Amino acid sequence: MGKRVLLIEDEPNIIEAIRFILSRDGYTVDTHADGATALEAVQAKAPDIVILDVMLPNRSGFDILRDLRADQMTAALPVLMLTARGQKKDREMAERYGASRFVTKPFSNSEVLSSVAELLAS
Amino acid sequence: MPKSGLTGTRIRERRLQLSLRQSALARTVGISATYLNLIEHNKRRIGGKLLLDLSRELGVDPTTLTEGAEAELLEALRDAATGHRNITAEMEHIEDMAGRYPGWAQLLATQQRQIVGLEQTTAALTDRLTHDPHLASSLHEVLSVVTAIRSTSAILAGTGDVDPEWQARFHRNMYEDSQRLAQSSQALVEYLDSTSQDEMDTGLTLPQEELETWLSERDFHIQELEGPDPLPASVLLQGEQGLLGSKAVQNMALDYIDLYAQDANAMPLSDFPGAMAEANFDPAVLASRFNCDLVQVFRRMAAMPTPKEGARIGLVQCDGSGTLTFRKSVDGFVLPRFGAACPLWPLYQALARPMSPIRQLVEQSGRSVSKFLTYAISQPTGPAGFDMPQVFRSTMLILPGDRVEIADEATCLPIGTSCRICPRSDCIARREPSILQDGF
Repeated sequence: MGKRVLLIEDEPNIIEAIRFILSRDGYTVDTHADGATALEAVQAKAPDIVILDVMLPNRSGFDILRDLRADQMTAALPVLMLTARGQKKDREMAERYGASRFVTKPFSNSEVLSSVAELLAS
Repeated sequence: MPKSGLTGTRIRERRLQLSLRQSALARTVGISATYLNLIEHNKRRIGGKLLLDLSRELGVDPTTLTEGAEAELLEALRDAATGHRNITAEMEHIEDMAGRYPGWAQLLATQQRQIVGLEQTTAALTDRLTHDPHLASSLHEVLSVVTAIRSTSAILAGTGDVDPEWQARFHRNMYEDSQRLAQSSQALVEYLDSTSQDEMDTGLTLPQEELETWLSERDFHIQELEGPDPLPASVLLQGEQGLLGSKAVQNMALDYIDLYAQDANAMPLSDFPGAMAEANFDPAVLASRFNCDLVQVFRRMAAMPTPKEGARIGLVQCDGSGTLTFRKSVDGFVLPRFGAACPLWPLYQALARPMSPIRQLVEQSGRSVSKFLTYAISQPTGPAGFDMPQVFRSTMLILPGDRVEIADEATCLPIGTSCRICPRSDCIARREPSILQDGF
């Protein structure tokens, strides 16, 4: 069984595309679309890596990231943040809150695949 | 590049429209079905009698088969192919690709047009992003949809096999996303339009912008101030109070009108347009002829009515901080509404060399590149003295390339609009990263 990825993103067609490319490369992909219950989803799915969008319904990705880093169980969990191009402030916050890496929308599939592979290898 | 590369595809499409069998058509024109098959797959080029025979049997004009309606499609594909610095597309195979995979080619061209449209929208929005959370959120929506399209199309265009069920799902997703993108873009434009109107209604625009809007509606030419019997400024303004609401803008308008009237008196409308043409729009020649200084001539040239078949003349001014204090725009030469402009503009070079006139041919980065001949000079705004700093104002005249004769050997300086929306990555004057630097 491949490494487990939890994709927290609310855009259905991005979810579908990312799930497809990761599954094709052998990952097991779970998805979650709501910010308010994202932490519960991380606990329940116990992923090897989280892909986390910044703008989520009900709770921001930054708040979720901050809580993940504050919890001993998930403090070292690799988190790949999805931010929007042109939003320098978002990238700075992602770094400050402890994102392992970020890719900016509109990203390419290869950026996501290589980032996930490198974060899991490190 | 010859367009005949797609002839085979058109023959095939027309034959299928007529429900003609390949072998039947081949027999009618005296060739083998195998040979016709090669032609239809663009592996054999045809002309002469065979083309005439085929077009006759298919009931179309030969040029319909050889030229088709793909010029626009090929143009969009070429744009897409040259749009990314780091990706070298096989330009020599564009026609083959359009011929063999018309659906994919159409998809790529459509996305290219969407991307260009999106870039333009983004450029327009960038100036305001940091001030407007609604726009930031809307742009995030647009970027998310573009991300979904990009990611999905990359899967479909990839070399790996995609299950037919997934293919259908991805096609449906892309269709939905395209619809959403169209709606999001339209909603943004409507929002911007309504915001501009709100600003006007609520007086949130700067007095400078209000004055420029008033002048723009007159094409920066005030007929009432021309001729031997100009209208007094107070009378002129009385009739314009609806458009020039605040006291601040009325005071600015009074100053402008005063200068305009002086310029009109020194360089009468009866003589000036003819003199401009005679001087090939050279401000120095006109300054000498009318005994005026260069800035006066710049202002007067920019105040001339725009001829029916010609681009208008632009004018821009800034103070010592580089802030634009007056803007008359020209098609193809973008003046930023917010933030600082490109430091390479001769307007700013002139600030560094007070009282030294500068003439410089320029072209602004962007999708439609045009040349402009610019003249710039910076001058003190008041008399020199020892008790206060000397304040300078720089003025730049912008002449569209099609209004003046430009020497072939003239060196053209590449410039931008402002760093945020300028794609030149190797610019020595860059002060901040561009959102277009890596392509959108």
